[in-house]
Amino acid sequence: MVAALALAGCSSSGGQDGSTTLNYTIWDQNQEPALREVADEFEAQNPNVDVEITVIPSKDYWTKIQTQMSAGTGPDVFWVNGPNFQLYASNGQLAPLDDTGIEAGDYPESLVDLYTYDGSLYGAPKDFDTIGVYYNKALFDAAGLEYPAAGWTWADFQNAAQKISDPANGVYGTAAAPYGQMTYYNTILQAGGEVISEDGTTSGYDTPEAAEGVQFWADLIANGSSPTLQQLTDTWPGDTFSSGKMGMFLDGSWAAGTYSSAEAIADVIGVAPLPIGPTGENTSVVHGLANAASAKSENLELAKEFAVFLSGEEAAGIQAKTATVIPAFNGTQQAWVDALSTIDAQVFLDAVETGAPLPISKNTTAWVPVEEDYIKQILSGQLDTETGLKELAAEMNDLLAKE
Amino acid sequence: MTRQLRGRNAAPRRSAAQLSRGRAWWAVLFIGPAGLGLVVFYLWPIIRGIYLSFQDVGPFGGETFVGIDNFVEVFSEPDLGRALLNTLLYAVICLIGIPVAMIIAVLINTKGLKGRSLFRVLFFLPVVTMPVAVALVWRLLLNVDYGVLNLSLRAIGLPGVAWLSTPVVNMVVIAIVGIWMGLGTQIIIFTAGLQGIPDTLIEAAELDGAGPVRRFVSVIVPLLSPTTFLLSVLSVIASMQVFDLIFLMIDPNNPAQSQSQSLVSLFYTRGFLQHDLGAAAAIACVLLAIILVLSAIQFRLQRRWVHYE
Repeated sequence: MVAALALAGCSSSGGQDGSTTLNYTIWDQNQEPALREVADEFEAQNPNVDVEITVIPSKDYWTKIQTQMSAGTGPDVFWVNGPNFQLYASNGQLAPLDDTGIEAGDYPESLVDLYTYDGSLYGAPKDFDTIGVYYNKALFDAAGLEYPAAGWTWADFQNAAQKISDPANGVYGTAAAPYGQMTYYNTILQAGGEVISEDGTTSGYDTPEAAEGVQFWADLIANGSSPTLQQLTDTWPGDTFSSGKMGMFLDGSWAAGTYSSAEAIADVIGVAPLPIGPTGENTSVVHGLANAASAKSENLELAKEFAVFLSGEEAAGIQAKTATVIPAFNGTQQAWVDALSTIDAQVFLDAVETGAPLPISKNTTAWVPVEEDYIKQILSGQLDTETGLKELAAEMNDLLAKE
Repeated sequence: MTRQLRGRNAAPRRSAAQLSRGRAWWAVLFIGPAGLGLVVFYLWPIIRGIYLSFQDVGPFGGETFVGIDNFVEVFSEPDLGRALLNTLLYAVICLIGIPVAMIIAVLINTKGLKGRSLFRVLFFLPVVTMPVAVALVWRLLLNVDYGVLNLSLRAIGLPGVAWLSTPVVNMVVIAIVGIWMGLGTQIIIFTAGLQGIPDTLIEAAELDGAGPVRRFVSVIVPLLSPTTFLLSVLSVIASMQVFDLIFLMIDPNNPAQSQSQSLVSLFYTRGFLQHDLGAAAAIACVLLAIILVLSAIQFRLQRRWVHYE
């Protein structure tokens, strides 16, 4: 069904009435209604243009887009994310947007950095997400602890995690989830390390700082503050947190709506910025999607114009009201904060200021499985941190050399 | 289906020459659509796959001939050996499903059994259930903290097991789920085989004083051997290509994930995550060769144990 729709939506030119059709492909069904509204607005301003929106479920999204692009039947405008962006930009699949009048200053710097390749902006930042600490006030009260607040440190976090933990009753302080963006990428940055060099050519894992950032999580599992990886793979820690059995959980701004409306914790949930690490920083990874125009579009100028329009102020305003994602256009984010009245959602906006872009390279998805494999072995105690990270860095450097 | 395999004793066929020209055209007309599908969806991808295994393929097309580099690369990495062992383990365990299916087929075909169709439906239900749903339900049952299985073990004082995140154990567990999913089809095929056994033979055995067990071992099992053979060939071919259950039950955050890859999941990782279609095609070729060899061995061995009436 989806394939049929995708095929039907492929041809980019020629409505029967002499109008032009643009295909816009996305992966999140929840955002389709708001984006349809945005597309209608674009159609109203460009009477000869029809916008067709195609949704491809996220699990198939990249394999399908890649196949379509290889066959020359790709969409005109589509969503890109950090891990896949450079593969498309470096292989000439995306059109640079520099000449469209898009202002880099309208978007958070880390997002502009993320979607800049070889000095050109290839993606119009659509939305962003940062990481914060969701916590359960009831469990903090029970352990006689003060609530986390801006300025708290790694030591405060570790202490709280250990005091709250009560594995016999299925209660844990936190979760060392093996997802870089939510956990160890942040602590590596806070320890003064890096996952990948700024130019995306060498691994940063063979440094003592990176080791410190990973060890932070290994320790939490070792002392019982977090469930083991075997437990975490069977029960998503977000569910444990939602059911009121986890003290603190690092998760993205995208989950704010879900947690603040989860029945078991709605009355006791709080949000705090990430704790401050050894360097005195509480850096959060900043990631977000962008709207990109295909370099192969038959209506290239129009496609570029639409990609920029989709990330413009008007479009951001329409999307912010739905409280799903934080729009990237500066000054439109307040509506998202307002929609989440029960928590201090401002925390996530503030995190952008001190944030760092998601670590990526030209072929990010090639080394991420290797990275995750080593980190999982370290977190589960099968490898010691130093040896594991040295091997990881070597293997990652091999893969990066092939890019 | 068993009939096709009884080649030697089948009724003599008319040779093609005996068919009139007009009838031959009809045959072409009827075979055409299926034949076209076969060429487009099977033959062409096989040829293309073999071709790609000798190319370096860019993420968006663009092929350069690299000789056997892809094979050298694939064979020089430890992943392939591990994936091959996992896949063979899975395939061997899946074979256990065949005798189980045979016994169940005989039991639910027992004359005078009440609720026969109910049993048939129950055993066939997993076959028509989506693998995604099957995987989800089994993951719940096997959950290390809250799964029914571990809760039961703990209730009788035994420690729980991390079923899906302990290497080897998880392959065994997934193979059992695979058996459970395929049981229905195998039972149906055995039922067809059972209906091909003449009642007179069974009655004769009964008159000679054979009890139910003796009738099963000495009459039914040998007469079902062509069906058993067919199913074992199909089972090995299918289980060597296992992917969906592993993909659905072993998440990327599973600490045993890299130790739990099958050949096809390795193919998927190489081709679609690491964007190296050449190496992926090489893995597919290796898999094709292995399946051909295994099937050839099975056909050789059948002379020793398969009895055509």
